[in-house]
Amino acid sequence: MGWLSFLHGLTFPRGVRPPGLKEETRDLPIRRLEFAPRMVLPLDQHYGPPARPLVTRHQEVVRGEPIAAAGDVYAVPIHAPVTGVIEGIELMPTARGPKTEAILLRTTPGDSQHVRWADPRDLRRCSAEELLTAIQQAGIVGQGGAAFPTHRKLAVPDGFTVDTLVINGCECEPYLTADHRTMIEHSAEVIAGIRLVMRAVTAAKTVIGVEDDKPEAIAALRAQLSAADPIEVVALQSKYPQGSEKMLIKALLGREVPSGGFPYHVGVVVNNVGTMAQVGQLVPRGQGLIERVITVAGPGVERPGNYRVPIGTPLRYLLEQVGYPSADPSRIILGGPMMGNTVSALDVPITKGVSGVVILPEREALEVGPRIQPCIRCGNCLGACPVGLNPAELARLAAAREYEAMAEQYHLNDCFECGCCSFVCPSNIPLVQYFRIAKSLNRERMS
Amino acid sequence: MTPPRIELKSSPHMKQASSVEQIMRNVVLALLPVCAFAVYHFGLSALALLATTTLACLLTEQFLNRLSGRASTLGDYSAVITGLLLALTLPPAFPLWMAALSGVVAIALGKALFGGLGFNPFNPALIGRAFAAAAFPEAASTWTQAGLPERFSEFLPSTLALPFTSPASVDAYTAATPLAQWKFDEVHGALLPLFTGMTPGSLGETSALIIALGGLYLIARGMLDWRIPAAVLGGAAATAGVFYLLDPGHYPTPLFVLFSGGLMLGAVFMASDLSTSPVTSAGIWIYGLLIGFLAVIIRFFGGLPEGVMYAILLGNAAVPLIERYTQPRPYGRRGRRRAS
Repeated sequence: MGWLSFLHGLTFPRGVRPPGLKEETRDLPIRRLEFAPRMVLPLDQHYGPPARPLVTRHQEVVRGEPIAAAGDVYAVPIHAPVTGVIEGIELMPTARGPKTEAILLRTTPGDSQHVRWADPRDLRRCSAEELLTAIQQAGIVGQGGAAFPTHRKLAVPDGFTVDTLVINGCECEPYLTADHRTMIEHSAEVIAGIRLVMRAVTAAKTVIGVEDDKPEAIAALRAQLSAADPIEVVALQSKYPQGSEKMLIKALLGREVPSGGFPYHVGVVVNNVGTMAQVGQLVPRGQGLIERVITVAGPGVERPGNYRVPIGTPLRYLLEQVGYPSADPSRIILGGPMMGNTVSALDVPITKGVSGVVILPEREALEVGPRIQPCIRCGNCLGACPVGLNPAELARLAAAREYEAMAEQYHLNDCFECGCCSFVCPSNIPLVQYFRIAKSLNRERMS
Repeated sequence: MTPPRIELKSSPHMKQASSVEQIMRNVVLALLPVCAFAVYHFGLSALALLATTTLACLLTEQFLNRLSGRASTLGDYSAVITGLLLALTLPPAFPLWMAALSGVVAIALGKALFGGLGFNPFNPALIGRAFAAAAFPEAASTWTQAGLPERFSEFLPSTLALPFTSPASVDAYTAATPLAQWKFDEVHGALLPLFTGMTPGSLGETSALIIALGGLYLIARGMLDWRIPAAVLGGAAATAGVFYLLDPGHYPTPLFVLFSGGLMLGAVFMASDLSTSPVTSAGIWIYGLLIGFLAVIIRFFGGLPEGVMYAILLGNAAVPLIERYTQPRPYGRRGRRRAS
């Protein structure tokens, strides 16, 4: 209830409260695994043009060395996650679907996990622009899932100013605790990253939003700050999809990003805590992003937990290490269960944007029978939609194939596919799935 | 290790554990105390009436499903709700054959005609009740005394009237409802009996308390939108309050208006019917207030003492228009841009 929010902490209007299901992994420290014998590094694993390979077959590379250069000024380079030998550059399956070119790297057995390569620079004298370049060269992309190059997100277009840096520590997806552990174990790096990014975007203050089911993370971050710091940690109600940047801005600052606009239109830049930890750790040392923390969880996973996994580790290898359930059939989800995508093959690698792997045996994925019933107009979807759309009416139009009316009269394109409507629908209507189809049909028509 | 068979689906991969059946089952559950009180109150005739309308609704639904080749929808409990609600709007001495026919009309013309659950614009139980009022005006407006001593051993004589015969006179038992007493005899009844339900009336018109408890249960389970009963009752109280202030000698108090007749049952269990009420937030308030206002106007100025049924049916009819003008404002549209 909005007007009671002062009792419970801030949040955005509507949304849903799925079960957290974080108990299994939230208290487990981040661990490392043995290196996989072969790494697969897609050249196209972030938003923007694919990276250009800098290596050739049979070439030896050391852990941390750049092996592909940024495709253009907006893209990022790729670094070798392990010391080893380049096996070649081949078409490999990816989680996104079509096969894309990837560098194959055979790991040198028995090598240490020490990073051998660095290109440090004196950050104290760097201009905002030089800081952005340093972030780009570290190969950093958004760790929350979108894999959008961070330096590009921080480059605010001329004519706009940013007064507030918003940091996303919500981790509102069920099962995922990687950001939670990062905030606890790497709070110093998170804050160091924030200080660098504040300089890069010349923001006067920072607000870190953390959901109130993570009191240890809130305490760990606050312990790094003094009263004079222009950085504030704010506890938010635990609600999905608070980690969506537009919802987070609404929850923390009460501002609404105009439809079709960007956070900088309201003076804000949003970044994930995991991204800040990477910036704080890598940029001062001049190293590249070669590993990330991911949660592996779900019913039946033998050794669930948070693992620091080299980028390029094949999913099959990771699952063998943690022991996946043999339940049949299962959904293997990259990201969280609310917005993540199922994979079609275990050959796909962990890329820079993967925040977790959740395995749901099919019987757990749906708690009620999947039989689709007619809409009973209960209105639950309107009460859940964080954007304030009318999913019931959109679904009616979708059934009537009135896709243009969906976009023009009922703001279909404002939908960011969080899935709250499908989550609450008692008739099991696949609402968000209808909307995805309608959007893609509209896109086809336009082109 | 054999890899699991992989299931490909698009997100979300989790679902809230709620279903149409579950919602409807809980509405039935919340209605049961109201029905039990009606039986306690009016005896065998009430029990027979509840059983007859429910059975008529279920059989009609099943028959029409068969006829149109659809899977059975009895499991969604919505026909049970229609049957129970219809009985609750009828007088205790209402002949069973008339009740059965009203139940058939409720499902066939009130729901199936439009395509079944979710597609009906009007509350099916009230369509059945409107049919009863039009076809059997006398039986539908003859009320009997509550708490008759022989109520558990004998039917009221008219209950068992043969089909297509007019019922035997129940003059020996008839009693005026508090609303009728006010309307035709200018008697202002006491409030407490209205609240606890020891008054003549239709089966479900009697205890405001038990109806409110059922409503609170559904609200607590998240299966009833509290705004609808709040708006209906608020609209009725406000309208009645204006008249009471103008002429306290003639008009009843707003509390009398709230607790008498079918207003409480209508506000909690009928106006709130999911399919026939608006889904938009502002629309819910407008719809509820409109029903409350209309119910009081019909009561005060109409030919009959009660107006809740027509008020809700008119409210149902206005839903598409109300929704059209109360669409939600999406995030970031027509929004305030930050002043900088």
